[in-house]
Amino acid sequence: MSDITRAEVCIVACAEAFRGDGEILASPMGYTSMMGARLARLTFEPLLAMSDGVATLTGFGRSEEGRLTQTAEGWIPYRTIFDMVWHGRRHVMMGASQIDRFGNQNISMVGDFAQPKAQLIGARGAPGNTINHRTSYWVPTHNPQVFVPAVDFVCGIGNDRARALGKTARFHHLHRVITSLCVLDFETPDGSMRVRSLHPGVTLDEVKAATGFELAVAPDLAESRLPNEAELAIIRTTLDPKGFAAKELGA
Amino acid sequence: MADKRMTEEEVVAQLQSGMTIGIGGWGSRRKPLSLVAAIARSGLRDLTIVSYGGPDLGLLCATGKVKRAIYGFVSLDTIPLEPHFRAARQKGAIEASEIDEGMLQWGLYAAALRLPFLPTRAGLGSDVMKVNPWLKTVASPYDGDETLVAMPALHLDAALVHMNLADAQGNSAFLGPDPYFDDLFCMAAERRFVSCERIVSAAELATSPLQSLRVQRWMVDGVVEAPRGAHFTECLPDYGRDEAFMKEYAASAKSPEAWTAFYDRYIAVDHKGFLAAMEQRS
Repeated sequence: MSDITRAEVCIVACAEAFRGDGEILASPMGYTSMMGARLARLTFEPLLAMSDGVATLTGFGRSEEGRLTQTAEGWIPYRTIFDMVWHGRRHVMMGASQIDRFGNQNISMVGDFAQPKAQLIGARGAPGNTINHRTSYWVPTHNPQVFVPAVDFVCGIGNDRARALGKTARFHHLHRVITSLCVLDFETPDGSMRVRSLHPGVTLDEVKAATGFELAVAPDLAESRLPNEAELAIIRTTLDPKGFAAKELGA
Repeated sequence: MADKRMTEEEVVAQLQSGMTIGIGGWGSRRKPLSLVAAIARSGLRDLTIVSYGGPDLGLLCATGKVKRAIYGFVSLDTIPLEPHFRAARQKGAIEASEIDEGMLQWGLYAAALRLPFLPTRAGLGSDVMKVNPWLKTVASPYDGDETLVAMPALHLDAALVHMNLADAQGNSAFLGPDPYFDDLFCMAAERRFVSCERIVSAAELATSPLQSLRVQRWMVDGVVEAPRGAHFTECLPDYGRDEAFMKEYAASAKSPEAWTAFYDRYIAVDHKGFLAAMEQRS
């Protein structure tokens, strides 16, 4: 299966982030992340609950011809999603305009807050998400402009900030960062970011050069898992037959 | 029975400069844009706008109406960043009170319930607390180890929301998938205004699904019939987001000339004029 693409590896890596989650709301932001959560739902994590992106809790399945099927399971307007966030049975996979070595994330603005160089979307639900439930990130463009020594505005809180809060932050849990180059986690003594696996064809030096801070490296650093035959069929016929995931990937 | 029907201009006549105004909907969904446009062409200024922000905030920034914005995000959804809001922020033209979107709900809910604050974890440890020194924390009286944000009530002088249907008394139906936080905006406000696609009889309104009758006459002071009043945001099932128009709106941020042309054509005119301009366009 030498024709497996980087985008397909990223979809599987995003799916793997949801492994073991069980019957909770998986909230992926971004296309590849969404494909990954759906792949997990259709294969090894069938209990995952997911939104259709609007207000319907949706059971995803696969027809005999391989088409994606959607069945309404419940009504989840924004206020119900907010309840689920604070209730905690949720795993969000957000994007990041900037992220630092402890996983502090910025989607608010670049520059000085009073008069930013670039106003971005705003903190959205990132502060509440990160302090309430498991959080992962999907970064389609792994470069030093995103992986920075210090973010300009902390929206999603990192492990250092959560630690400083003490008991109130006991539900904080940063799980994975999936990028165009690799998979990272925070399984280090001080909760800093660590390379867990490299996507096929990517070197550790390449990842380090694309990261603006010092990275820890897993002792058992592996190659990111390839999709198996069944997963590849689901990705190519059911989830992403037009290959949009490849368009999301940056350098 | 009270007849609360009025025009956009009559709503604006009840507003004053310096007021805090909450705007319902979400991003580019079910925004009361005919009311927003009426404010945009009025003499009002120095407004504080509370919103799950979309082009409502952008239009009011572009027309210089906004002193302060209280928001969790500002987005056009399919166009992720709101160009007029961005321009105002990057010029330092408005005071920004950016908070977590759940905190915004909590502030409205506290105001609705006449409480000084409601506690939440959201915001702790983030720079939302740094850039908003007006936000305080509170120790749990049951467990002093736990410190929470005391999200203060966001009292509104006025609330503006858009519904699919309403009767003349202000009972209203949202017929799309999400009520957003429109009832909370109304309950948090002194003066409450609903625009709607159609004003119908109480009997016809009553044929709507019971669960859709979320905004009720006790939370409404004025009702404006504004067909396509949420355009170019979506107002399902009546219409979806007008993506082509949204691109035209976004392009209007590219130069003062482009903005003037957009303003003259779509905003300077009243809602009837706007509908006529839309007719010519298609």
